[in-house]
Amino acid sequence: MGKQKFLHLENIEKRFPILGKEDYIAVTNVNLEIKKNEIISIIGHSGCGKSTLLNMISGLDKETEGYIFLKGKEIVGPGPDRAVVFQNHSLLPWLTVYQNIEMAVKKVMPELSSPELRERVERYVSMVNLDHAKDKLPSEISGGMKQRVGIARALSINPDVLLMDEPFGALDSLTRANLQEHLMRIQQSVENTVIIITHDIDEAVLLSDRVIMMTNGPEATIGEILEVNLPRPRNRVELQHNEEYIRCREAILSFLYEKFAKEDE
Amino acid sequence: MNNELAKKIILPILVFIAILGVWSSIANVVEDFPTPSDTYVAAFGGTNADGDEITGVLADPFYVENQDDKGLFWQIMESLKRVFAGFILAILVGVPLGLLIGMSRNAQYAFDPFIQIFKPVSPLAWLPLLLFIFQDINLTAISTIFITSIWPIIINTALGVKSVNEDYMNVAKVLRFTPIEKVMQIILPVAVPFIFTGMRLSLGIAWLVIVAAEMLTGGIGIGFWIWDEYNNLNYHNIIIGIIVVGLIGFLLDVIMGKIADYFDYTKKGRA
Repeated sequence: MGKQKFLHLENIEKRFPILGKEDYIAVTNVNLEIKKNEIISIIGHSGCGKSTLLNMISGLDKETEGYIFLKGKEIVGPGPDRAVVFQNHSLLPWLTVYQNIEMAVKKVMPELSSPELRERVERYVSMVNLDHAKDKLPSEISGGMKQRVGIARALSINPDVLLMDEPFGALDSLTRANLQEHLMRIQQSVENTVIIITHDIDEAVLLSDRVIMMTNGPEATIGEILEVNLPRPRNRVELQHNEEYIRCREAILSFLYEKFAKEDE
Repeated sequence: MNNELAKKIILPILVFIAILGVWSSIANVVEDFPTPSDTYVAAFGGTNADGDEITGVLADPFYVENQDDKGLFWQIMESLKRVFAGFILAILVGVPLGLLIGMSRNAQYAFDPFIQIFKPVSPLAWLPLLLFIFQDINLTAISTIFITSIWPIIINTALGVKSVNEDYMNVAKVLRFTPIEKVMQIILPVAVPFIFTGMRLSLGIAWLVIVAAEMLTGGIGIGFWIWDEYNNLNYHNIIIGIIVVGLIGFLLDVIMGKIADYFDYTKKGRA
């Protein structure tokens, strides 16, 4: 056995039944091993089943075939060891920034005393630089700030894996860049295993240790896996002329637009 | 001068004058129909058309002559008591039932046909049956109001539960909320504004229905009072009754609206 695998996907297949027809095979034959503290991006055209894959890891969706193991235990159903940052932040609109995080911490760590609880919540509010907005409702803050709260809430429960489903997809490019910086800075300090679903090539290269490229659906699977050998901390401006960065971008571009170009929808 | 405000004051006054005009012409045509000034005297006291000095029904609403002869205030209180008793019973039964129907597809399949069939039935159709069961005016009126109020409460509560965003439920799943925690922390905050909308509708209809119900049951209450004034040929008091019922209905709606806004998270933090 040697060392235990951290997160391990084995022969995953997801079929969706269609009334009166053969099952739709969204994802098939996915085998993947993810190391502790690794940052992984999953990239592919829309409809390649990347969100389905993430939902199976989170447990919100059940794989039809195959197994997913986290720290040697099979995943059955969702749990706080796999925190999810949803695309549309999914903060509870009647709770303030502080209360949204508090709700999660309270539930997952019921043993905390109330000063410990407050200290923990405030630490994570500060981590995403939202001290000034902690008593605001989600409707009173910008989209980027909401997504930062979503990240803080996910991290506050100390998950083994942070799952992000196109976390910055709904944001404009400047806000998105700002959030990517936040994420990289936080990652430097807390060290977490992160899986990011994205369709943004620059985001994938900038953030990840490895980029998983998915073929087009139906019957999507892992096409190629790209190692990004760039030192951290990474600086987006300096990277623009870095050979490794350019090589990675071109590899993904070629995969997405030459090998697996998407036909017109 | 604020132009909008001036319009808001002047335009209703013009309509009021028009109503008085139509009213006066009806009083001219229909024999014994009270004129606006007759009605005013009957309400607030003064010298009536026959030259008699009288106290108006609104000038002395608190008198108690005997068990069956009380001032307008007591009549209204009696009606309000019945409305609120039936209304509160309807909340106690309707909200849990609505939550169940909203959360469980099976419960929805089970109850929906009956809600659809009974909802359009005038609550007054139930009244003879209820009178036969209870043989009591108060219980009959209260249970009629209960049947009146329960449908909008059930339907709106279920609607509120159904409008819970799937994302919120996913958050609850990831955090492994128990069913109770899901209801208390996710479903109720979303559903409460809907529940209050249902309650506001219910209360409005209940206030409509109580007048008719009391006309049928008799006894004491604003509905029977209006009917009794018809039998006593006091037609001006019918008009006074209509206006009083209208004002109280309006007041109830405003109060329910304020309470509903207080519990509606979407209306908070916008100031």
